[in-house]
Amino acid sequence: MTDFLNDWGISLMVFLPLVGAAIMMVIPGRDEEAHKLIALVTSVATAIVGFLLLQNFDYDDSRTLQFVVDANWIEVISARYFVALDGISLPLVALTLLVTPLVIIYSWNHIPDPGNPKIFLILMLVLHTGMLGTFVAQDLVLFFVFFEVVLLPMYFMIGVWGGEQRLYASIKFFLYTLFGSALMLVSFLALFWVTGSSTFSIPGLAEEVAARDIALSTQVWIFGGMFMGFGIKVPMFPFHTWLPDAHTQAPTQGSVILAAVLLKLGTYGFVRIALPILPEAAVEWAPWIGLLAVIGIIYGALGCLAQTDMKRLIAFSSVAHMGYVMLGIATLTDFGINAAIFGMVAHGLITGMLFFIAGSVKERYHTLEISRLGGLLVQAPRMGWILGFTTMASLGLPGLAGFWGEFPAILAAYEPAPGLSDTLFRVYMVVAAIGTVLAAAYLLWLLQRTAFGTPSEEFEDDPHIHDTVFTEWVAWTPLLILIVVLGFIPGLVFDVTNGPVTVVADALTAAGNAASGTAIGG
Amino acid sequence: MYLNQFLIFAAILFCIGVYGVLVRKNGVLVLMSIELILNSVNINLVAFGTFNDDISGQVFALFVIAVAAAEVGVGLAIVLLIYRNRRSIDVAQANLMKG
Amino acid sequence: MLAAEVAETAVPWLFANAWLIPALPAASFVLILFFGKRMPFKGAEIGIFAVGLAFILALATAGTWINEINNAEAAGEKTEEHGDESHSDEEGLVVTDVDGTALGSVSLTAAAVEEGGEYAARGKPVVTDVRWFESGLSVFRIGTLVDGQSVMLLFVVTLVSFLVHIFSTDYVSGDRRYTHYFAFLSLFTASMLFMVLSSSTLQLIVGWELVGVCSFALIGHWWEEKPNSDAALKAFLTNRVGDIGLLVGMSILYFAAGQTFDIVEINSKAVSGEISGTALTWASVCLMAAVMSKSGQFILHTWLPDAMAGPTPVSALIHAATMVVAGVYMIGRLYPVFWEGFAISGSTLNLMAFIGGLTTVGGGALAFVQRDIKKVLAYSTVSQLGYMVMALGVGAYTAAMFHLFTHAFFKACLFLGAGSVSHACHHSFDMKADMGGLRKHMPITFATFIIGSAALAGLPPLAGFWSKDEILIGAGVWPGTGGNGTYYIPFIFGMITAAMTAAYMTRTVWLTFFGEYRGHAHPHESGPRITGPLIVLATLATVVGFLNMPTAFVSRLGLPESFAHPFEDWVEPAGIASFPLIDHAKPSLSLALVATGLAVAAGYAVLTYYRRLYAKDPKAAEYTDGIRSRNSLAAAGYRVLENKYYLDHLYSGVIAGGTKGPVARAANWVNKNILDGIVNLAGLVSVHVGRFIYHNVDQAVVDTTVNASGRTASESGQFLRRIQTGQVRQYATLMFGAAAVLVAAFIIAV
Repeated sequence: MTDFLNDWGISLMVFLPLVGAAIMMVIPGRDEEAHKLIALVTSVATAIVGFLLLQNFDYDDSRTLQFVVDANWIEVISARYFVALDGISLPLVALTLLVTPLVIIYSWNHIPDPGNPKIFLILMLVLHTGMLGTFVAQDLVLFFVFFEVVLLPMYFMIGVWGGEQRLYASIKFFLYTLFGSALMLVSFLALFWVTGSSTFSIPGLAEEVAARDIALSTQVWIFGGMFMGFGIKVPMFPFHTWLPDAHTQAPTQGSVILAAVLLKLGTYGFVRIALPILPEAAVEWAPWIGLLAVIGIIYGALGCLAQTDMKRLIAFSSVAHMGYVMLGIATLTDFGINAAIFGMVAHGLITGMLFFIAGSVKERYHTLEISRLGGLLVQAPRMGWILGFTTMASLGLPGLAGFWGEFPAILAAYEPAPGLSDTLFRVYMVVAAIGTVLAAAYLLWLLQRTAFGTPSEEFEDDPHIHDTVFTEWVAWTPLLILIVVLGFIPGLVFDVTNGPVTVVADALTAAGNAASGTAIGG
Repeated sequence: MYLNQFLIFAAILFCIGVYGVLVRKNGVLVLMSIELILNSVNINLVAFGTFNDDISGQVFALFVIAVAAAEVGVGLAIVLLIYRNRRSIDVAQANLMKG
Repeated sequence: MLAAEVAETAVPWLFANAWLIPALPAASFVLILFFGKRMPFKGAEIGIFAVGLAFILALATAGTWINEINNAEAAGEKTEEHGDESHSDEEGLVVTDVDGTALGSVSLTAAAVEEGGEYAARGKPVVTDVRWFESGLSVFRIGTLVDGQSVMLLFVVTLVSFLVHIFSTDYVSGDRRYTHYFAFLSLFTASMLFMVLSSSTLQLIVGWELVGVCSFALIGHWWEEKPNSDAALKAFLTNRVGDIGLLVGMSILYFAAGQTFDIVEINSKAVSGEISGTALTWASVCLMAAVMSKSGQFILHTWLPDAMAGPTPVSALIHAATMVVAGVYMIGRLYPVFWEGFAISGSTLNLMAFIGGLTTVGGGALAFVQRDIKKVLAYSTVSQLGYMVMALGVGAYTAAMFHLFTHAFFKACLFLGAGSVSHACHHSFDMKADMGGLRKHMPITFATFIIGSAALAGLPPLAGFWSKDEILIGAGVWPGTGGNGTYYIPFIFGMITAAMTAAYMTRTVWLTFFGEYRGHAHPHESGPRITGPLIVLATLATVVGFLNMPTAFVSRLGLPESFAHPFEDWVEPAGIASFPLIDHAKPSLSLALVATGLAVAAGYAVLTYYRRLYAKDPKAAEYTDGIRSRNSLAAAGYRVLENKYYLDHLYSGVIAGGTKGPVARAANWVNKNILDGIVNLAGLVSVHVGRFIYHNVDQAVVDTTVNASGRTASESGQFLRRIQTGQVRQYATLMFGAAAVLVAAFIIAV
């Protein structure tokens, strides 16, 4: 069993959804229930395989890659099929494994217009493979392929099942991301040629870069390309404008996946690829990343205050929240990066949950215009309380998951890695702390205007408005429980990520010391 | 030199094929012209194979013949469908791909 | 050796398992949430049971603690007698792991003991913690810290919470969200106890914000009405503003103390000077912001009066007795940090003392102009919290803690009394319109309210007298008191407040209980579940003051020495390494007399004012032709005599009326228009800035750039699509043509 998992576990987990999708393709689309069932079974089976992997993972040694499979793939371009799990990927893989089945359960009676669950769910499963693959790939080409595999199903989800402006939103999403990934690919290739490496393996490249004396300016340029690729996906200010449109237009399921997992591909890329391979360039870039991050925090929050649409508000809040994640990364410290990974998971759970609620509100009220809503607690008390709970989690309340992504990131900014200006990052810290007030402001404002008060006349006697239904409970409960559990036992994530993050941070510290050493010497 | 004659023959055959593809309006004739092109390639392959005393030229030629057979099958099916839909096999009228 | 044995002996079970105290109400919260509605009493019984059990545990813990202290003192005396030099072991901080294995005593030598035997080391904090999580190279631990201060607050919180639970069963019976109400009471109690017991600043932050969110939920309990949810939002947001300071301040401390959140370690390092003075000052200033918001200090106090929108028992529990003292508690918890950061010793003024002083006067003045009885009490809470912060600012640690202790009882008594009154008067809180003359209808409420008011006003021998007096002498201004500095300005503020408190409480009591009934209900005494807690609290408000009588007073009364300031011995961890060396001011009889005299005079002045009013019209609540409308100086001589030199007028009209009128009104105006205005403006501006940026920058510039690039691509596509005729033959032509060109180029090149 263990041998099997070691050799085939990851591959099985990654490609199982594709098998499900293939089976669904041959079944006629009329049999909707069968499709839902197959999709659910596939995703649950994937989760079980993933769970077995998680169970057999050696948590005491989370810094080394486990379940490694390193096989020939495309020899001509030196690309290898190199997949493995370590402490950085594990939380995100777990998040993906959790969210996708929940989304499929939610789809049971929430298939968005124009219907056709067959194709919808097939796309979902393809997406699942892409996301899992991205998190386990340890080869740049493989990573890139999975990174792009994610793009298409999402494009169709928004473009076909989206809202009124779906075409605009989906094309914007597609072009933005494609633009970023083009630059990212150029960076990958440049890295390959500059180091003269024989593979695209991520750990291998990190060693090559460390061993060779590559001009700092070259590194900085290469990092810049990756920054564009990952930064757009995050999304960082000022590359965030695709996000509100995509989120607003996407169907609920799309929004949830987008918020919960897709945005993490960018930040994960930073932690997995950009920082370990190019630590010296990271030191150069960090002040700018930090600046954009805190601008994002404040800007996103201000953007939220101006929104009149619930879903758009939640979308903008992602910009602010991912700002904290990026701030944590920009500190280049173990503490900050740990916080960033925690922030990714927490944001995935919380914002995913918020989008679920927004979807359900839309389904009942047929509008998300905040000024027309109100009194959700009266008409659907349970949903109202869940909304209240989730907004509290989202504004970073201690004891719930959101806090552990936010406060440690702020804390880490007090003393960033060597080579970075303390003063500058302390300013960032204060700005980020101010961001928490704004976050509370827009979220509570949202809560007050949607959940509190009494329902408007328009919806007072609307028979369509009912409390949470069974599938919603099934889809939401795991998220809600995890938000609380992670809030009180943050070690569940921190202890896993700490090992590999320390390795990354050590390299960054060394690079920072070298940089400040040259600064003093010169 | 024997090779030149084969090559020249193949080139002539190829040109005839290209002419056919570009000028004929009848779908079936276009397909036949494509066959000519493919056969000219086959002649080249066999000729070079013999010239270099290498079997792979002939192997490739066999492959091409097999693929050509399939291609004709698909091509004729398309032509048939075009005929059913339009009552004509004039390829000049088939411009659905106009941008 | 004896000392070593004391340190090594097993930690009392109750200390090692103090986590049970917050865990009980937490479990109750979960139970009520899921099963509350199915229970016969709708979940209230679960809450009462859990909090009652927690109270018993807290009481037992307090008993054990007192026992330990007394033993330690006895042992300390013995060691001194034998001239044993091995004190250092005694300062050992007992660290145990959760499974009870002693990790050994960490020796933290206290400078205090080396200097002189006068300070018997006592009150070593007992930390029991477990590994929480790891990040970077630091291991973070979660656990409980049991010492005098936390035990004291455990007792207060569980007791008041228990009484409030009982009170609520009657007061909110039939409420639309009865079960939710009790669930949140439980959650609040759990979070508060969690905060009180926290052994690390990180845990403190968690508890700090959790109580904030419970306060939010309970203020907005009746969220159907917008003013309530507005008040809840205001409370939460104001607290969030202060939390910026909390987060930043704790971050500074974390790094300054060498990457640790451990409270004992931070304190020890602050005392020993291992943390730089600059860092401590910055941290103190930042944390002060948090105190200002949580404990309602000027200028962040405005949320507290608004918070009265919540149910009255909640106001008693959260916004009077427990949560709002979290700021004071936090200062006490990290007292060495503030002590060094603000250089409290030997100074004349510092930020904390000044803010506290300002708050105490400002809050007191505002209490004069309120019609709403709860608002009077709210401003009074602001004022009293200012007192505590001021006391900490002048170095009177024990006085502050003692005032926190006594204040909890009499203020909870007053709030619950106000609740009882409004229960009788159709749920109105308007003293002028709906009250008056209630002493005949509700004698128990009246009696307890009077006791609470007298205790608040600081009349001897009630609880407030002792604690207030200690704060005043702590300022170190009055001759012969000593203290840690000479804090003139805070002292003056304190004296003014002493007078004002008596004055406005007299006004409140008169308007509520004397005169003729002005409302339209049929007032009646409340039931036993309401009066019971009132009686308990009033009794406590009477007696707890005796817990900290000065030594001189005790000996004059001829009581044994153990009656002298036991509270101080229990709560103040004197002489240990994690607490600064504080000087204690000596009590002064003359000061006590002057302060009490001031209070009595002020109260009497107000009383006279209302007596005269009553004589004019039994139903009046204020002069309609008051001093403001009588500026005529005619027949002055005659009238001077007739009016006894106008002294009565001076007392009642000018001083009381003036303070009550223009000054307080001005303060109220500033409060309402300027401070609130700034808050509102800030909110409004940020919304507008947000809107502006969104429309003009986000949508106009950033998005336009993106759209332009999209459009360029699309237009070039439009141009290129003309090439696409759809004619396969044409494509083929192009392809063959291109191939021909390539071949030609190839041939030419080769």
